[in-house]
Amino acid sequence: MDNKEYVLKVGLAEMLKGGVIMDVTNAEQAKIAEDAGAVAVMALERVPADIRKAGGVARMSPVEKIEEIQATVQIPVMAKCRIGHFVEAELLQELKVDYIDESEVLTPADEEHHIDKHPFKIPFVCGCRNLGEALRRIHEGAAMIRTKGVAGSGNFVEAVRHLRQIYGEIHALKKMDKEKLKKMAKEYRVPVDLVKRTADLQNLTVPNFAAGGIATPADAVLCMKLGAQAVFVGSGIFKSSDPARLARAVVTATTHYDDPAIVLEASRALGDAMPGLEISKLPKEELLQYR
Amino acid sequence: MIAKPIVGILAFQGDFAKHEQAFAKLKCETRLVKSPSQLEACEYLVIPGGESSVIDRFVKSTQLAEPIKRFASNRPVWGTCAGMILLATHVVNDRTISPLSLLDITIERNGYGRQFDSFIDVGQVTFGAKPEPLEMVFIRAPKITNIGAEVVRLGSCRNETVIVRQGNVIATSFHPELTASTRFQQYFLSLKH
Repeated sequence: MDNKEYVLKVGLAEMLKGGVIMDVTNAEQAKIAEDAGAVAVMALERVPADIRKAGGVARMSPVEKIEEIQATVQIPVMAKCRIGHFVEAELLQELKVDYIDESEVLTPADEEHHIDKHPFKIPFVCGCRNLGEALRRIHEGAAMIRTKGVAGSGNFVEAVRHLRQIYGEIHALKKMDKEKLKKMAKEYRVPVDLVKRTADLQNLTVPNFAAGGIATPADAVLCMKLGAQAVFVGSGIFKSSDPARLARAVVTATTHYDDPAIVLEASRALGDAMPGLEISKLPKEELLQYR
Repeated sequence: MIAKPIVGILAFQGDFAKHEQAFAKLKCETRLVKSPSQLEACEYLVIPGGESSVIDRFVKSTQLAEPIKRFASNRPVWGTCAGMILLATHVVNDRTISPLSLLDITIERNGYGRQFDSFIDVGQVTFGAKPEPLEMVFIRAPKITNIGAEVVRLGSCRNETVIVRQGNVIATSFHPELTASTRFQQYFLSLKH
């Protein structure tokens, strides 16, 4: 049985299912997101597209920005810290943000270790590209998993690849006997019990959301149909020509992902989506997912 | 043989899958509800936890507000957490939500604080003649700040009322669907339809 703290951590992720979490950099954007029906906002210093453009080291958002956003909205406020930077995470806990994203979109602080997330009272979400990464993050205490895409690219091909990868690997566990599951646990570097529970559930033991390059209502719907339980939209909204309208449309489409007629209605007159980047033309060091 | 009751669960956003799992343990048939016609097929309705501003938006956009009010006139409705906010008469600290006014209570959204202040504790409930203990999970929970004369208090935790009922309509500020016990769900199903 999971302990009480962990029930509360995963419980909040359950409450966010079916929703859209939007990257915002200030109170004004947070208000637009909340009014559009965002289920939570992610407080950032710059959206990933601008981090990509500016280069340099990307860090936790300034304290005042996070406080300004918390004072503006009633929905949960999440914030990112650098991978392995448990002190930034402690600061975010002091600020009482509702979720901490230990994120590859920021410049990693520790190339060897992720944060030990169990001692924190605030829940963590972490990115992953495959089942091994997802299970290691869950074992470290993550209460929500999201796919790693190519943040700030407007191109979600990597997010789709990773969703298919994870569910493909989970599906493959189904046919494995005890010995084979033990071998997989060794390969994934996690306890066999976690692999077994994942195999039985045929899903991750925590909610699994999609992220990375989602730019249109149809992008969000594809992620939902591939098994994501909610979506993060980063640069896609505030880099488009009509953020409020696109934000509403992505929320509508995500909720009604099983009804193409409503998704079509939501896809009308959206103006220009953010310009996308061709992933194969990006140098590997600019692909944040390898962090 | 008595037909299985059909429990509708409003499924725009939130932990509706957890509610489905809990009612499945009680051998109920559940239906996910996103439209007035889906609602009509049900005998009970649950408004789940989630973000009240998001669920409220979709209740309006799918024109479900009036059908839910008609449903509540002769069939049981239960709201948890965000669902409680939507059933209330007043929400003191929200600029977007227009609640359904099916329960004469005033609510403070996130009245217990942020996720840091979320907690699990054992409260007291009175479903029968005697009070009994029940484990309760509060996540960024709403607080009831005023209760009308027609409203019955059925449970408390940490000196706050956390279960209220007015006729067919019942609300909990905590999440029975996140615990192993189905005691609350059994009480809800005992309400007449």
